[in-house]
Amino acid sequence: MAQVSIRKIHKVYDGDVQAVKGIDLEIADHEFVVLVGPSGCGKSTTLRMIAGLEEISSGDILIGNRVVNDVPPRNRDIAMVFQNYALYPHLSVFDNMAFGLKLRKFSRAEIKRRVDEAARILDIASLLDRKPKALSGGQRQRVAMGRAIVRNPLVFLFDEPLSNLDAKLRVQMRTEIKLVHQKVNTTTVYVTHDQVEAMTLADRVVVMNQGIIEQVGPPQELYHHPKTRFVAGFIGSPAMNFLPCHVVQHGDGLAARVDETIVLSIPAARRDRYMPFKDKAMTVGLRPEHMTEIRANGKPGLERIDVRVDVVEPMGMETMVHFMVGRDAMCARIDPNTPAKANAMLPLQADMNNMHLIDPDSGRVV
Amino acid sequence: MCAMSTAVAEPGAVPIRDRSMRRERRWALWGSYIALTVFAFIFLIPPIYTVITSLKTSTEISSRQGSPWLVQNPVLDNFLELAADAHFQAFFWNSIKITVVVVILSMVISILAAFALARMRFWGSAALATGVFLTYLVPESLLFIPMFQIVGSLGLMNSTWCLVLLYPTLTVPFCTWIMIGYFSSIPKELDEAALIDGASYLQMLVKIFIPVAMPGIIAATIFAFTVSWGQFLYPLAFLFSSDQMVLTVGIVTELIRGASAGDHLRIPHGLLHFRPDRRCHQGLTGVNKKLENRQGRTPWPRFRSARSTRSMTAMCRR
Repeated sequence: MAQVSIRKIHKVYDGDVQAVKGIDLEIADHEFVVLVGPSGCGKSTTLRMIAGLEEISSGDILIGNRVVNDVPPRNRDIAMVFQNYALYPHLSVFDNMAFGLKLRKFSRAEIKRRVDEAARILDIASLLDRKPKALSGGQRQRVAMGRAIVRNPLVFLFDEPLSNLDAKLRVQMRTEIKLVHQKVNTTTVYVTHDQVEAMTLADRVVVMNQGIIEQVGPPQELYHHPKTRFVAGFIGSPAMNFLPCHVVQHGDGLAARVDETIVLSIPAARRDRYMPFKDKAMTVGLRPEHMTEIRANGKPGLERIDVRVDVVEPMGMETMVHFMVGRDAMCARIDPNTPAKANAMLPLQADMNNMHLIDPDSGRVV
Repeated sequence: MCAMSTAVAEPGAVPIRDRSMRRERRWALWGSYIALTVFAFIFLIPPIYTVITSLKTSTEISSRQGSPWLVQNPVLDNFLELAADAHFQAFFWNSIKITVVVVILSMVISILAAFALARMRFWGSAALATGVFLTYLVPESLLFIPMFQIVGSLGLMNSTWCLVLLYPTLTVPFCTWIMIGYFSSIPKELDEAALIDGASYLQMLVKIFIPVAMPGIIAATIFAFTVSWGQFLYPLAFLFSSDQMVLTVGIVTELIRGASAGDHLRIPHGLLHFRPDRRCHQGLTGVNKKLENRQGRTPWPRFRSARSTRSMTAMCRR
């Protein structure tokens, strides 16, 4: 097991397409790091560069203090799990898992010991004689993980491993991947476009966008303290609401003036922080769970907004309501017992204590 | 909707749409049976006739009495006599020798070439792959004149071994093309997984590509065999003496017992096509159901259109 260092990595395709634009990342030993971002953000390219499947245009990649820029994949001591599993169709489950060990000339007894051990961890001991075609999607995924585990590599690389599974199996396999990591505790780099996967699995999440790293941090930190509008909007489901506003003087303090009727007071504690942005066009970010039905707890910083509801989505333990403020679509998460109807007015309260103020020019949360 | 409501209203009744679909299917089946029977009949008449004739005595063959389709006194004399004939034995041995060498040579060259062209991305690989196939389109009747000079300058004229040089010019391009298509249909992740598992390019080819592409390899092998076993023009042009001659030309130029010799000629063919027929079709149509099932989805593009599949099947039949 080992740490992975990525230093000023660039990847340029065909002379001018910049897939990865000079990223830096330190991954500690035993850490589970998830690279997340929309399609084309460079996360898969980064993973493939760590694996050695893509050449690096410039920069350095170190696995366990060794620069591996020009080391072929087989000598990097890594294992990778692919989106479509990439099991060898003509080999049995046992032989699929043993393939890498046989090439590395392990003894037959050692191969059997390792495969049996991995099969036990993944609960696929009864499938060892089967061919991949006789396995379900979830079983194939486990075999693909088994093939990685038996090698006992320095680093595990996962390239969107759950994307081909149905929703229910995906949740189940997500838990299993986390369990396996807790058991084998190998440094892991995991790529996904699904922010829920990223949040649930990662020790640290790396949010990528257009070839750069937007923010790195533990899931909770990213959720509660996003540094950019992109991270604020990408992490969390449903996504954060964004309301264009002007920061104005309001009595002793400040307020975010959305339009003539909606003026939201900014808590006094944030007054000094937001003062430099007075009289500027800014954006207020509020997560759906911070826009609720009126709750009579009289806490300071709660602002009332009356909205006309467009769509009501009952989810069971909560209800989502969608509505427009000006020309911006918004979403609120309310108590399921609140009477909410489409096309009816609904009073909501915005918890400004959890607001984010975003500078639309730089896209940074201030 | 209409069919559904009918079915609901009258339990047990056949919905209208179902009935018409079933009728359509029956008509299509009947049409196929009739067309295929006609085809089979037309194509089978000549070989059946030669088999019948080969079982007759010389007197019966030249006799004008009775139907030519019936054998009055079936005998195996023709076959036995041929089998003992020194010329025939020489032709047969030459044919087998050449075919085995050509098939092995063609498959080794085309598998290696196809692997390089399909997988080891290098500058001009796509153009080269097209170029390889284009060479197949030049008819052999055009090629044999310049070939004559080459073979002559190499001192291989009237030597069976000149065919080992000539036949691959026909087999290698097409076999390479089949194998390029087959190798391209293997998902890229499979070689990446092998690379990470520690395989070299050669190990990847031997341990992953060849076993996975076996239906394609069998199809290509059958093609190479068919071409080298049945080739007529080149031995006719390049071989003169009976000790160097191969079966195809030998039986029509030097033996009179054409019918039974023809049957002998076909035996290896028949044997070869009999067993691996299903896999050959898989290889030719590119419909690798096995691979699809193995991976559980269809992530790979079909590598040939229906039209090119038809042309390939026709070529293979040659």
